[in-house]
Amino acid sequence: MPSIAPYDLGEFVERAVFLGDAPAFALADGTIHFPAGGSTVLSAHDGGLLAASFDAYSNRLLTGGEDGRVMAVDAKGAMSEIASIGRKWISVVAGGPNAAVGFASGKNAYARTSNGTVLERAFPRTVEGIAFAPKGLRCAIARYDGASLYFPATDAEPVFLEWKGAHLGVSFSPDGKFVVTTMQENALHGWRVADGKHMRMTGYPAKVKDWSWSAKGKYLATSGAPAAILWPFSGKDGPMGKAPLELGTRGDVMVTAVACHPGEDMLAIGYSDGMILAVRFADSKEALLRRGGASPVRTIAWDKGGRLLAFGSESGEAGVVDIAG
Amino acid sequence: MSDAVSQNVATPAAENSPIPVTVLTGYLGSGKTTLLNRILSEDHGRKYAVIVNEFGEIGIDNDLIVESDEEIYEMNNGCVCCTVRGDLVRVVEGLTRRKGRFDAILVETTGLADPVPVAQTFFMDEDVRAKTELDAVVALVDAKHLPLRLKDSREAEDQIAFADVVLLNKTDLVSPEELAKVEATVRAINPHAVIHRTERAGIDLTKVLGQKAFDLKKVLDNDPDFLEEAAHAHDEHVCGPDCDHDHDHHDHGHDHAHDHHHHHDHAHGAPAAIHDVTVTSISLKAGELVSKKFFPWIQALTQEEGPNILRLKGIIAFDNDPDRYVVQGVHMIIEGDHQRAWREDEKRESRLVFIGRELDREELEAGFAACAARARAHAEA
Repeated sequence: MPSIAPYDLGEFVERAVFLGDAPAFALADGTIHFPAGGSTVLSAHDGGLLAASFDAYSNRLLTGGEDGRVMAVDAKGAMSEIASIGRKWISVVAGGPNAAVGFASGKNAYARTSNGTVLERAFPRTVEGIAFAPKGLRCAIARYDGASLYFPATDAEPVFLEWKGAHLGVSFSPDGKFVVTTMQENALHGWRVADGKHMRMTGYPAKVKDWSWSAKGKYLATSGAPAAILWPFSGKDGPMGKAPLELGTRGDVMVTAVACHPGEDMLAIGYSDGMILAVRFADSKEALLRRGGASPVRTIAWDKGGRLLAFGSESGEAGVVDIAG
Repeated sequence: MSDAVSQNVATPAAENSPIPVTVLTGYLGSGKTTLLNRILSEDHGRKYAVIVNEFGEIGIDNDLIVESDEEIYEMNNGCVCCTVRGDLVRVVEGLTRRKGRFDAILVETTGLADPVPVAQTFFMDEDVRAKTELDAVVALVDAKHLPLRLKDSREAEDQIAFADVVLLNKTDLVSPEELAKVEATVRAINPHAVIHRTERAGIDLTKVLGQKAFDLKKVLDNDPDFLEEAAHAHDEHVCGPDCDHDHDHHDHGHDHAHDHHHHHDHAHGAPAAIHDVTVTSISLKAGELVSKKFFPWIQALTQEEGPNILRLKGIIAFDNDPDRYVVQGVHMIIEGDHQRAWREDEKRESRLVFIGRELDREELEAGFAACAARARAHAEA
């Protein structure tokens, strides 16, 4: 039976991660909490924290704030400033290969390379999301009417992948063959990088706000429905012509957070009522990890070994589930 | 500050209740910044987040000023008028994550901003809608320069047409005659807004904040057109003193509703403000309606004519329904709900008002009339 170590952090939890073996929680008020074993709190941003993501390339947490700063917290819990651009909101951050960091404010996208150079590029519309290709220094940004692919270190014109509508989040498949966006509409859109071939992924009753690639990139798991929706990406055409997997289906409770297990074909699912389930892809077998809570689960994350699951909610309830008990 | 202010304005928002949003529109130089500074500097004990297009001469330590670039997003649903402000979705989402950080949000738009996408953001985006409520759209109008503004821009007219509250500002810079004319122009564009005359944007804040103008429960409660209509049904209040033609929009005999602003033959050189008005307002009145006729009609109408409809509001009396039914809409977005039981001393009457462009008065009247319960009784007789 799984056991839970609960933490009441009292503020909106934007992102739960594991840094080294320690669970860490980035809160909307700009603080980063390490509640296990001594309760350390770092103050990352004045005003508030707007964006936080786990940088799997460098095993660190990246955050962006209302103070115009991008911060990094490494596996030892040490915090450093990555960039500071003055009185602007940093609305999105992402990590890339070779310690690259991408971030955006308004219509400008920034890429910081490992030697500390910050490369800035202006786009015609607001940069809503940013992601790095798994190899090289290549970025995708989500924007109005599509996504743009570009090489921050060169002056080459970005490749514009057009699809009408507002695109908010963006991600490369782990093999780099596909680019997928979340949209203002209740849909995802994808392109095959090689030829720009479109992939429409629709049918969600709500906006997709969380997603996670499964081990080896076989599936893209998403929130935005009363079940977790998993699009198959193992074929050369991606999910086209294939039905998605639906896991952890519930009546009128929405899936709000998803995290694929690092090794096995298993998904942790957080719901709007605070419940958390672990569900196996093969037979849809479910295990209850958390019965419920006061607010929607905002974020969940596995540790590297796939035994511990950290979660955080909109009202500040957080915790770590040990699935081995 | 009056007691009313401290009671109505100073009460911090309760946990979990939606955060009220006030939208300030108005042309450059109309006094938006002055009004903002008044709101922020008054000792009301509330914390505001202010979303501005660019950092200007505002800023009180206690409040958060956020700069935001206007970003219009068309929704990918085949409807050209379903636009939202993508920048507001993002900023409001960021602001509302932390409970109790703010009691209210003020959105200051640029002088040329279209107020419709701003308002639609608070209806069309599910997250924004869940956490906030649009309180009112307040338009500031420069009494001195309005005639000029109307000549050279459609935005100035749109801002007035879309407003719930209009502050006719800088009244000290015009003569009483000019003021009367400008006010008549504002009335002609929007007979349903509450108009306040101000100097240096000086106004009791209870008349600007906490209006609940988009609250279905209060639809048309503060509508001066209806109040006036009740008092003296055929008062000619739309036109300025120099207009001798009939603007009476309750007079259903007219068949030239669309162009009656354009064929004046005044000899004087100074432009009469009314000339540059392209927005019309149409008030419809009927007895009890049949819901099975009304809903398909209003849905089809807003689908087809949505781009031309800036605002619509109504109170409907359905037959066999003890409750008042209220509706409101912006372009193609329409929402409705039961409000309260009709009182015994109230006449069970259906009223619907439209503000928009190129509205076909005859067709609207005929369509509305065809929803009447009486019509069905006749047909079945």
